[in-house]
Amino acid sequence: MQIIKDRQLVENTWTFIADDTPLPENGDITVTLARWLADKEQLVKRSSQTGVRLIPSDQIESLTDDLSKIGVIELNFPIFGDGRLFSQARLLRSRDGYQGEIRAVGDYLPDQVFYLARVGVNAFEFSDPNHIQEALAAMNNFSVRYQASTN
Amino acid sequence: MYQYNKQDQTLIEERVNEFRGQTQRFLSGELGPDQFRALRLMNGLYVQTHAPMLRVAVPYGLLSSKQLRKLASVARDYDRGYCHFTTRQNVQYNWPELSRVPDLLAELATVQMHAIQTSGNCLRNTTSDPLAGICKDEIEDPRPYCEIIRQWTTLHPEFAYLPRKFKIAVSGATHDRAAVQFHDIGVYLVKNEAGEIGFRVLAGGGLGRTPIIGQTVRLFLEKQHLLSYLEAILRVYNLFGRRDNKYKARIKILVKETGLEKFTAMVEREWLRIKEDMILSNERIEEIKAQFLPPAYDPSAAIDNTLTAQLAGNSDFTKWFKYNTVEHKIAGYRGVYVSLKAPDSPPGDMTDKQLEAVADLADQYSFGEIRSTHRQNLVLADVKQADLFTVWQQLNAIKLATPNIGTVTDMICCPGLDFCSLANAGSIGVAKELNEALDDLDYIHDIGEIKINMSGCMNGCAHQSVGHIGILGVDKHGEEWYQITLGGSSENEAAIGERLGPSVPKDQITSTITTILDVYIKQRLEDEAFLETVKRVGLEPFKERVYANH
Repeated sequence: MQIIKDRQLVENTWTFIADDTPLPENGDITVTLARWLADKEQLVKRSSQTGVRLIPSDQIESLTDDLSKIGVIELNFPIFGDGRLFSQARLLRSRDGYQGEIRAVGDYLPDQVFYLARVGVNAFEFSDPNHIQEALAAMNNFSVRYQASTN
Repeated sequence: MYQYNKQDQTLIEERVNEFRGQTQRFLSGELGPDQFRALRLMNGLYVQTHAPMLRVAVPYGLLSSKQLRKLASVARDYDRGYCHFTTRQNVQYNWPELSRVPDLLAELATVQMHAIQTSGNCLRNTTSDPLAGICKDEIEDPRPYCEIIRQWTTLHPEFAYLPRKFKIAVSGATHDRAAVQFHDIGVYLVKNEAGEIGFRVLAGGGLGRTPIIGQTVRLFLEKQHLLSYLEAILRVYNLFGRRDNKYKARIKILVKETGLEKFTAMVEREWLRIKEDMILSNERIEEIKAQFLPPAYDPSAAIDNTLTAQLAGNSDFTKWFKYNTVEHKIAGYRGVYVSLKAPDSPPGDMTDKQLEAVADLADQYSFGEIRSTHRQNLVLADVKQADLFTVWQQLNAIKLATPNIGTVTDMICCPGLDFCSLANAGSIGVAKELNEALDDLDYIHDIGEIKINMSGCMNGCAHQSVGHIGILGVDKHGEEWYQITLGGSSENEAAIGERLGPSVPKDQITSTITTILDVYIKQRLEDEAFLETVKRVGLEPFKERVYANH
């Protein structure tokens, strides 16, 4: 499946592994914050990379010391109107200095990518392939901005 | 007033284009109703009883004559020839067609107007004192700071999906005419002991279902930190405000449930982290201030004998002068209230013809500017005293000179059941009936200063909980009933009205209000205003009379 990363279409290489599914031996995976915190020693021993999939109620402060070991952070929208993920992205970039990929996943709209990009999200995954083209176009909806932000 | 630069203009035009695309996707079925709902709300578009309702932003209540004329032509071309001024100084159209809204917005963009963030769970229009820049009790003109906040809030990428709507008000005067204490964030310009001007910042105020008075989170904030402090409050709210229950999602509930001390500590911690990166420079403040310079007042305006003679010779003019004009800091000038509370017109409504006539008056007599007030009237802020008689005559000719500002018929009123899909009960009809019952101007003037606020439902758009008399429409087994509160105030000594007793049916609401007024007249001491009498005697004498036959 293709995703948008840094405004380009690229092939997705990450697989989310739910808490009740055993870890695969190979391949880049993302896990929930709870699983990361519980199993991180085991996870970093794998030959491939690990990322964390956050939900809006997660305390991102519990990740601060681990950020250098994390290959991707996914922000998983349960509903598109949950704005907590916007602040999480902003804090991960500006406060915690995270420089890896931050990817939006889940139930959100192509119309939101302009704002998401501005708070530091640089990758976008959509289950509906039509949304990818809409999102690429929506990134250019505005050429001006008032606030300083992540970009 | 502030004039858009190229960046401001580009932004609103790009927003029109974005909204045009979203509307097309919705009409073609690509975008679902729930998704479109959130997007259209952030552009001021509601779906109401009869048609969509579009709310247009009037930043801190300031309008040019050109903008007023555009509001008139839009009312004619896209609506039924009128519009409605709201308690947040904005304008509403009740009958636009959805498919034409993008064109309507494009029209507004030609005069630097838009509907960005006038509804939805986002940062709303910043409101202020309608007498800003002309009142004598001002510490500093709040409008440059309102404009700085307007820019910061517009399309803020992080705070577009808040738990609930978010309203900011700024006042620069010692007398609060902007209901600052009932906003999510309230900002007062204040002077500290060293004589420096900065801000006192309140948070957690609000009306609606659970009216709460805002609490001070910072007694004195230096000007350079205005935006970092707002950002810190918003970030804490965005992360920790409740999202499980929309009635508990406003910041007032977060402040209440967290406790002021802990909430403040959370804000200050975030603020200390970001404040040095978000300095509002003095140059930037001065740049914006330069757009709010006083107009070219006539230095000889006070040398005038005509006003005294006109006042002596015409009692109708005298009444209007007394109630509908206010003192100005420049000698020889007055601020003029344009009353949108004529007895036979829904409170806050204006026709296209009236809008155009007021635009002409503004051009001729008040430097081409108009303000809207949170009590749903307009102000011509800079009228020379020698011109007052002419202005009065011309306003009178278009029914905008009812001498009732601050009196019982200067009611705040929401659109109610007639237009709004949330309402439980009508409000415009009740206002009309009350007006008919109170048709004696001398009686109205004898009652003096009183603020009646009436909302058609719990959402409280007309701020009934802070009315001296508050009227709230409730639904009782499918019938319209009204709950009454007394003693509320949105000014400096902010207070939430106390419930008088059981609600009354529609056919008794007018007689109930007149009974309350009778009790006041009987109980008052000399010049005591209604609110003072209520505070002194309490609710008991009112209850006794109102519920005497129950």
